[in-house]
Amino acid sequence: MSAIYTSLGDAGTAPETAASALAAAGAGPAAPSRRARLAAKGVRLPPPGGRLRPIVMRVLPPLLGLALLVLVWQILALRNPGFPTPLETWQEAAKLFADPFYRKGPNDQGIGWNIVASLRRVALGFGLAALVGIPLGFLIGRFSFVYGMFSPLISLLKPVSPLAWLPIGLLVFKAADPAAIWAIFICSIWPMIVNTAVGVQRVPQDYLNVARVLDLSEWKVVTRILLPSVLPYMLTGVRLAIGTAWLVIVAAEMLTGGVGIGFWVWDEWNNMNVPHILIAIGVIGVVGLLLELALVALAKAFSYEEK
Amino acid sequence: MAAKFIDISKVDMRFGKFHALSDINLSVEQGEFITLIGHSGCGKSTLLNLIAGLNRPSSGVLVCSGREIAGPAPERAVVFQNHSLLPWLTCFENIHLAVERVFGAKESRAQLDERSWRALELVGLTAAGGKRPNEISGGMKQRVGIARALSMEPKVLLMDEPFGALDALTRAHLQDELMRIVAATGATVIMVTHDVDEAVLLSDRIIMMSNGPAATIGDIVKVRLERPRDRLALAQDPLYLDYRTSVLEFLYQRQGRPAQRFAA
Repeated sequence: MSAIYTSLGDAGTAPETAASALAAAGAGPAAPSRRARLAAKGVRLPPPGGRLRPIVMRVLPPLLGLALLVLVWQILALRNPGFPTPLETWQEAAKLFADPFYRKGPNDQGIGWNIVASLRRVALGFGLAALVGIPLGFLIGRFSFVYGMFSPLISLLKPVSPLAWLPIGLLVFKAADPAAIWAIFICSIWPMIVNTAVGVQRVPQDYLNVARVLDLSEWKVVTRILLPSVLPYMLTGVRLAIGTAWLVIVAAEMLTGGVGIGFWVWDEWNNMNVPHILIAIGVIGVVGLLLELALVALAKAFSYEEK
Repeated sequence: MAAKFIDISKVDMRFGKFHALSDINLSVEQGEFITLIGHSGCGKSTLLNLIAGLNRPSSGVLVCSGREIAGPAPERAVVFQNHSLLPWLTCFENIHLAVERVFGAKESRAQLDERSWRALELVGLTAAGGKRPNEISGGMKQRVGIARALSMEPKVLLMDEPFGALDALTRAHLQDELMRIVAATGATVIMVTHDVDEAVLLSDRIIMMSNGPAATIGDIVKVRLERPRDRLALAQDPLYLDYRTSVLEFLYQRQGRPAQRFAA
């Protein structure tokens, strides 16, 4: 590489290759470019276009990954006649999203309404879980007696699939909608309890010593020391919970029916509308990603750097 | 001679099976500057925590201005080694939290704010009042910690290696500042340190602790150097060097650790 640059610098006197002669003719032999002069002194230079590279390197791999997916999809679609090609799916999606909010009876509504219905269930189940889970987590973290009471129960119940609770919900509430919310509640509550409790247990002893030395009231201890130092843990719990909740809602709605993105997938399967199922997978992914990003942004806003 | 302000008698401290402190007897006068020095693990921080009331002794009694020390109280303010400022509050709010606790019942909002600013002013940090602890340097954080302790107008200032984590120049600067503040406020100070020069420079008395387990007070050096003290002038002062040597002798000859004696 340096040989080329060097020859470029000397090109005026002894052109070695056609390429270097051409380059020299462009730059003029009397005034070689800065690059060439530096290279002649033996300075190692980054490859040309150095400033553009980071951007390209950031954009290129994801685009290539996406292209690979589309390619594999195309090949699969060509080999299986029942499977729609990426283009067909894209055209179908354009049609679907042209009118996302229509209503033609309870079982035929636009994809927008289905997403809204699912989000509403997640918000309700998730909100109730936060209302119960975060205070419970505080108690478990603060008082070892409460910890002793609930720790074995949580260890026992946490690994159970929330869908196993769905029949209990149906039995108690005697309706599909509250049962689905119930399943979301169950799956969201564990990460919130556990993370809040861990956060409370990990409040640095230094801060608690400050509270003791200043002899702060219990209210001040909670608002000025416990809450702020537990908040990052709490938000991690909330983030984990929303991820699981969004996973579970699709499965729960497949079982309970009604309006919702999960039911919609199942309905389209019964209609043998494969493009719609593929579109739903994409939509579920995008909504899940947006929820996650929103909570990451929230967590960032409430985090402080230590030391 | 002033009355005993802090009186520690026959104090023993055990953590489970570990015998940390044994038979500690010490009395401190009002306005005195005391340092506790000794090898690490000799229980000097344990003794400080006992005076702070963060721990209770296994046996023996600690008395502060006529009352037994039963727990932490704002009258015995602590400056922690790692400053322990709350990272989600500004420097001003950190101090205000302490001021509010001590004077909140008697004084107006404006008076409390005024007190907090005065404390910041005392350590020369009025400009940093609105900043969070992670936005200022280590030395500044330690000064805010001192300001927080002083803002409570404590009877005793307890300091646990307050300058241990700082570089030598910042440490010297803060030592000078501390001497100025103590002279101005007449505070009683008990400070844990492992720095011999710091001990001699600041103290009226240096309490030298023997090695643990069952550590106790090995010897006490009374430092009779005129105040205000100037570190440059003292560097040549034979009396200062004498004090320094006697502390070093205690630490490295009488209480040298077996491992250190055979080292090198």
